[in-house]
Amino acid sequence: MAFLARIYVTPRADVLDPQGNAVAHGLHSLGFGEVTEVRIGRYLEVRIGGSDRAAATEQVTAMCERLLANTVVEDFRFELDALASDR
Amino acid sequence: MKAAVVVLPGSNCDHDCLHVLRDVLGVDARFVWHKERELPPVDLVVLPGGFSYGDALRAGAIARFAPIMEAVAAHARRGALVFGICNGFQILAEAGLLPGALLRNRDQHFVCQDVRLQVEHVESALTRTTGGRHILTMPVAHGEGRYHIDAEGLRRMEGQGQVLLRYLEDDDRVGEVAGINGSLAGIAGIMNAEGNVFGMMPHPERAAEPLVGGPAHGGSNTDGRLLFEGLLHDAESAR
Repeated sequence: MAFLARIYVTPRADVLDPQGNAVAHGLHSLGFGEVTEVRIGRYLEVRIGGSDRAAATEQVTAMCERLLANTVVEDFRFELDALASDR
Repeated sequence: MKAAVVVLPGSNCDHDCLHVLRDVLGVDARFVWHKERELPPVDLVVLPGGFSYGDALRAGAIARFAPIMEAVAAHARRGALVFGICNGFQILAEAGLLPGALLRNRDQHFVCQDVRLQVEHVESALTRTTGGRHILTMPVAHGEGRYHIDAEGLRRMEGQGQVLLRYLEDDDRVGEVAGINGSLAGIAGIMNAEGNVFGMMPHPERAAEPLVGGPAHGGSNTDGRLLFEGLLHDAESAR
């Protein structure tokens, strides 16, 4: 049994995202005038062994808080899937 | 005064820092490898510039977990001096030894040029020997130097006089955000609330000798040396 954590790390709302702004301008240039904002973050996939969902959730949260996100400037959220091959 | 310069995989200003401490200022300075778990008995620990661990994830994010960092944190908790320059500043912020964070420069470019810095506080160990010099010139060289902290954090830092150096714009004023990299309140260098941990993005070690002061200053800019001397005096007077 194992889990796959799909982790999304994004800049916090009060943090300027110049890369996202540049991409928004690019989309406008392409004619996507409806775009009002682009925010660019980071996507991580982390595979972890074990069968205890609560323990895995706790571990992934700790990983995000300690290393994967800098909570001074970034938010994180994740989905935890039991891996199909191990069911 | 004794000093240690931490060498991480990807440090590239470690030799410059050691040279300035040892050869220019006559300090008993040595390198400490990042895999060490203990520091030699020193007054000052310098975290030099570079690209430790290739800036993987975020600049300084991996380095903060280097084995030596626990000893550096303990050194800081004892009230002893820690000085992070450029990547060293990023590491101290990631480690929570300094408030805030350093983000990708606002204009996305790596910036490598001289900047003028306004000295905000002359009472700190880092800036006390700048004397009547309120403007210092030295180079920056970074891609992730945009200082950010939330509004409450900024208020607290300003209230406690923790902002030491700000970037000066061409019109001789400090911008709401720095033109060079987008830093909030023009912040280039700070200290912790206790006044013993310092971080700055510009490179004082690259402006500490007449020979390498840069052509823009007639080759005689030694402004960076003043900051090292401040720390040196502080360590000497604490003995």
